Amino acid sequence: MNIQDILSKPEDAAGREGPSNKIVLSSRVRLARNLATMPFPGWAKKSVRVETFKHIRDNVMEVDPMRDAFHTGMEELSTLDKQLLVERHFISREHAAKTAGSGMVLSGDEALCVMINEEDHLRMQALLPGLQVDKAWMAIDQFDTALESNLDYAFCERRGYLTACPTNLGTGIRVSAMLHLPGLVLSEQINQIIQAVNKLGLAVRGLHGEGTEALGNVFQVSNQMTLGETESDIVERLNKVLLQIIDHEENARAKLLENKAKMIYNHIGRAYGILANSHSISSKETMNLLSLFRLGIDLSLFPGNKPALTEELFIITQPAHLQKTRAGKLSAEKRDILRANLLRSRLLKVDRPATPDTGKTEENGE
Amino acid sequence: MLCDICKEKEATVHLTQMVEGKTKKIDLCESCSKAKGVDDPTGFSLADLLLGLGASQEMEESGSTTGKCPKCGFSQTDFKKTGRLGCPDCYDHFTEGVESLLKSMHKGTRHVGKAPAVWQQTKVYVDRLHSLQSKLDKAVAKEDYEKAAQLRDEISRVKSEYSESTIS
Repeated sequence: MNIQDILSKPEDAAGREGPSNKIVLSSRVRLARNLATMPFPGWAKKSVRVETFKHIRDNVMEVDPMRDAFHTGMEELSTLDKQLLVERHFISREHAAKTAGSGMVLSGDEALCVMINEEDHLRMQALLPGLQVDKAWMAIDQFDTALESNLDYAFCERRGYLTACPTNLGTGIRVSAMLHLPGLVLSEQINQIIQAVNKLGLAVRGLHGEGTEALGNVFQVSNQMTLGETESDIVERLNKVLLQIIDHEENARAKLLENKAKMIYNHIGRAYGILANSHSISSKETMNLLSLFRLGIDLSLFPGNKPALTEELFIITQPAHLQKTRAGKLSAEKRDILRANLLRSRLLKVDRPATPDTGKTEENGE
Repeated sequence: MLCDICKEKEATVHLTQMVEGKTKKIDLCESCSKAKGVDDPTGFSLADLLLGLGASQEMEESGSTTGKCPKCGFSQTDFKKTGRLGCPDCYDHFTEGVESLLKSMHKGTRHVGKAPAVWQQTKVYVDRLHSLQSKLDKAVAKEDYEKAAQLRDEISRVKSEYSESTIS
C-alpha cells in the first residue's frame, strides 16, 4: 500500500479554502468517546485492544460519510507512512507510535478522521480549512450522533462522557484553530497575546499540539476545560477569541507596514533569497522562511501567487513527505539538499518581491 | 529537593499557581523543565503539568480512595504514573479524588453538554415515572382513590409506551 496514492495530493490539500484563510489555516473539533464496558486503551491487554479496535472500526464504517472511507491498522503502516499522516494532521504523534490494536478511519474528503485506541477508544475529528469552528462542530456532532446508536458509550449524567484522562471529561471536546501570526511575532506582541489567551482558559501551542514548538509562526489555540460548559458555549467562546486574534494580527501587520516597512521588506526579501537560492536547508528554517514568504504574498509583494503555494511547499518539504517523493528513507543531510532543490525549482516561477521603492535610503519613521 | 518528574535530579525551577484558592506547587530540575517547555511561554501550560503530578497528590491526600478498581484492577499508583484512569468504572471507584481534581481543572464538576439520545429518552421516561409515582402516593395518602386509579392507568400507559419505543 502506498499511503500517498490514498491521500489527496499536496497541491489539492493546500488548495482548500475557507473563511479568513489569510490568518486562520484550519479549524478542528475533536471528540473523545469510550465504550462503557471496556478498559481504556492504555490499560487494556493487547488482545482486548485488538478486539475493541475491530468492533469500533466496523461500526464507524457503517456511518454514512465513512462507507467508502480509508481505514488501516497502525501495524500495517511504515514509520514513514505514519509520519506522513502526522504531517497532514490526521493522527497525533502519540498515535503514530501505536501498533496492532490501534488504527484509523479517514473519510474520502479527508474532513472526518477517527483515531481508534489512541488515549481513548475513539478520537474523532472534523477538520476544515479557514475559520469554521462552528461548522466543524456541527459536522462532528452529527457524526457522533449517528455513531452512538451503534456503540454503547461510557456516559453518566453527572460527569458526561467518561475519558481516560480527567482533563477531557464531560463533553470530551477539543476545539482548535491553526493560526499564522507573523505580524504579532515580528512586532513582539505575541507573548502578550498568548498570556491574555491563557487567562481566558485557552491553550496556545505549536504546530503539532501539546509540547510542540511554534514553527513557521503557526500557533494552535484550543480550549482546555471540557466539563461544566456546553459544547456550543465552548465553540462560541473560542470563536470570539479567534476573531479578536485575527484583528490584532491585522493591526500588527498594518502598523509594521506603516512604521517599519523596511524591516518587513528586509525579512521577506531575505526569505525569498534563501528559499530561491539555497542548496541545503533544514525543515525548521524552511518553515520559518515560508511563513515570511506567505506574509509577502498576503501583502501583495508576489503578484500572481496564492497563499496555497506556500501551504503546498510547507507540506511537501516536511521530512516524511520529502522522503516519500524519493520512495525511501534519507539521511538528514540528503533531505536538506533535496528540500533545497525542490524549493529552488518551485521558486523559479516566482518573481522577486515587488517591494515599493520609496526612494529613501533611510527610514526616519517621522 | 528532588524534581517532581524524574525524581532524580535536584529541582531548580519552582512553580506556584493559585487554583480555586488552593496553592499548587511544582518543583522541577532544569532538564525536565526544558522538556516540559516551562522556559518557553508558547508551549507551556501549568495545567498540563499539574495534571500528572499535583493531580495524583490530590488523590492521595483525599484519603479513602485506596484499593483497586474492582472492575479493571487499576490502582492509585497507576494513576500517579500515567495521569490516566483504567476504565469508565474507575470514576466511581476513585470518586472523591476525582472530584477535587475536577474542581481545579474545569469550569464546573457537573456535565451540562450533549448526552446520547438513548440516554436522554430514558431520562425523560424515568423523570416522568417518578413524578407520576409521587402523585399517586399523595393521592393514596389522601384516600383519593378515583385520582389514584387514573394515575395508575397513566403509569402503565407510559410504561408500555416506553417499552414499545425501545424495542422498535
